[in-house]
Amino acid sequence: MTRPIPLLLAALALALPLSLLAGRVWIDPTAPLGSEAALILAELRLPRALLAVLLGAGLGAAGAAMQGYLRNPLADPGLFGIAPGAALGAVLSFWTGWASAGWALPAFALTGAAGAMLLLTIIAGRNGGVVLFTLAGMMIASLAGALMSLAISLSPTPFAMSEIVTWLMGALTDRSWREVWIAAPLTLAGIAVLRAAGRGLDALTLGEAAARSLGLDPRRLQLLLVLGVGLTVGGGVAVAGIIGFVGLMVPHFVRPFTDGRPSRLIVPSALAGALLVLVADGLCRVLPLAGGELRLGIALSLLGAPFFLHLLLRLRRELV
Amino acid sequence: MLAAENLVLSGRLHGVSLRLRPGEVTAICGPNGAGKSTLLSCLAGLTLPQSGAALLDGAALAAPPAEARARAIGYLPQVAEVAWDVSVQTLAGLGRLPWRTGAAEDAAAVDAALTALDLLPLAYRPVAQLSGGERARALLARVLAGTPRWLLADEPLASLDLAHQLALLAHLRACAAAGMGVVLVLHDLALAMNHADRVLVLDHGTLAADGPPDLALSEPVLAQVWGVNARWLGEPGQRALQV
Repeated sequence: MTRPIPLLLAALALALPLSLLAGRVWIDPTAPLGSEAALILAELRLPRALLAVLLGAGLGAAGAAMQGYLRNPLADPGLFGIAPGAALGAVLSFWTGWASAGWALPAFALTGAAGAMLLLTIIAGRNGGVVLFTLAGMMIASLAGALMSLAISLSPTPFAMSEIVTWLMGALTDRSWREVWIAAPLTLAGIAVLRAAGRGLDALTLGEAAARSLGLDPRRLQLLLVLGVGLTVGGGVAVAGIIGFVGLMVPHFVRPFTDGRPSRLIVPSALAGALLVLVADGLCRVLPLAGGELRLGIALSLLGAPFFLHLLLRLRRELV
Repeated sequence: MLAAENLVLSGRLHGVSLRLRPGEVTAICGPNGAGKSTLLSCLAGLTLPQSGAALLDGAALAAPPAEARARAIGYLPQVAEVAWDVSVQTLAGLGRLPWRTGAAEDAAAVDAALTALDLLPLAYRPVAQLSGGERARALLARVLAGTPRWLLADEPLASLDLAHQLALLAHLRACAAAGMGVVLVLHDLALAMNHADRVLVLDHGTLAADGPPDLALSEPVLAQVWGVNARWLGEPGQRALQV
């Protein structure tokens, strides 16, 4: 059994400085740093790279915890309705015109995430069952999706509409230290909460009845999960929009290098998610594309969908 | 002492009282829908009765903390689910979750459980590569690794062939001989007759018979509860049912 955590840390330590150098303006590490380059590094590249790390870490950890909780390798953090809830909040901030005020967009998005979390706990929290919980999450996701479409179709100006649509695609362009300070505490707290859920997720490997016989409190686990996914995913959506596939893919990369227990998957998935988003965002900056740069959300979906199909087909072959 | 006092759960149990003794293999038998699994789940503290109570050493099982209960009572559900493809050793290690005793003691308990079930050669094998019999033993090892005083299993023999049924029963008997209280829901009446110390017969949520197997599963009881006219053939310990 290889140990994934040191390996991933080493890869991150290598990728982070490299990603700082890459972009429209390439920075030569051997040359003395000019004032323009220093500004680009300190105010653009560094916050952006850190945001990529935070976003990926949150999505990876949330995906690993969700798959453990639902005992299903196809689960994705979007399934609980928290990401759509946060996105709905953000859309409303554009719709009302508040988004131009600095803190409003993330504040609206976090309110949306909190609303989805609250609704989820109220509907499904009574008995702590997984099935009702999943259905409630899917209901909230589709409700938030419908309300988003409504907001877009009724948007007051074409400008607001294009702003919403662009934002929904998810990106890390033109982010600043402010977003880092929003995402960092939320994501780190969320990962800590998800780690605390690890024992319960391990017990769930044996099914709900056996898990309860091992002393698992299903309601406590559910609350930890809602809180952890809410903090990581809500914080991520608030600063970057919707980034798909990371939470779904990353646990699959990591799982073969662990002993299979969900608790052992959470931190390595956070690191692998950070690495994936950091590299993908770096590629987005470097790829020449007429009319701007490839948006991160689109890039990850372009990358993720075929890869995931390949993974599914391989899984199928192994089962047959 | 594990006991039930007047357990009532509407439509499933109608006032079941019993006392179970450690060191014995007790089989719960009865027709489909008689409430066997519900009774076992109540005794494991997983289902709360509407009235009455399941008691462990005189204290109600529903009372927290759940981890104290989990350390005393091991429960093997009917559905043998293992969601992730962990190794046999890791699977058995899940039985240590209610204990917070540290890695060394956990490893020793897992080792003892794997040894008792002849699973040491398979310790590193993924669960997905096990045969049905090996898998059943690995799931039992998970319970034994938790060193419970009571072992409650819901149809542990259901999906096994005869040889593996007998092998697993021998392991369960060894647990009882070591002082554990073993309670099994069994469908196969001949296995209950030949291998249990005591049989509880449930019928429509009430206790229809309770005693040594040859009394609790006597031919009149079979006729009354199962509606089957059947005869026991053979010697005690090797009886077979002729319908």
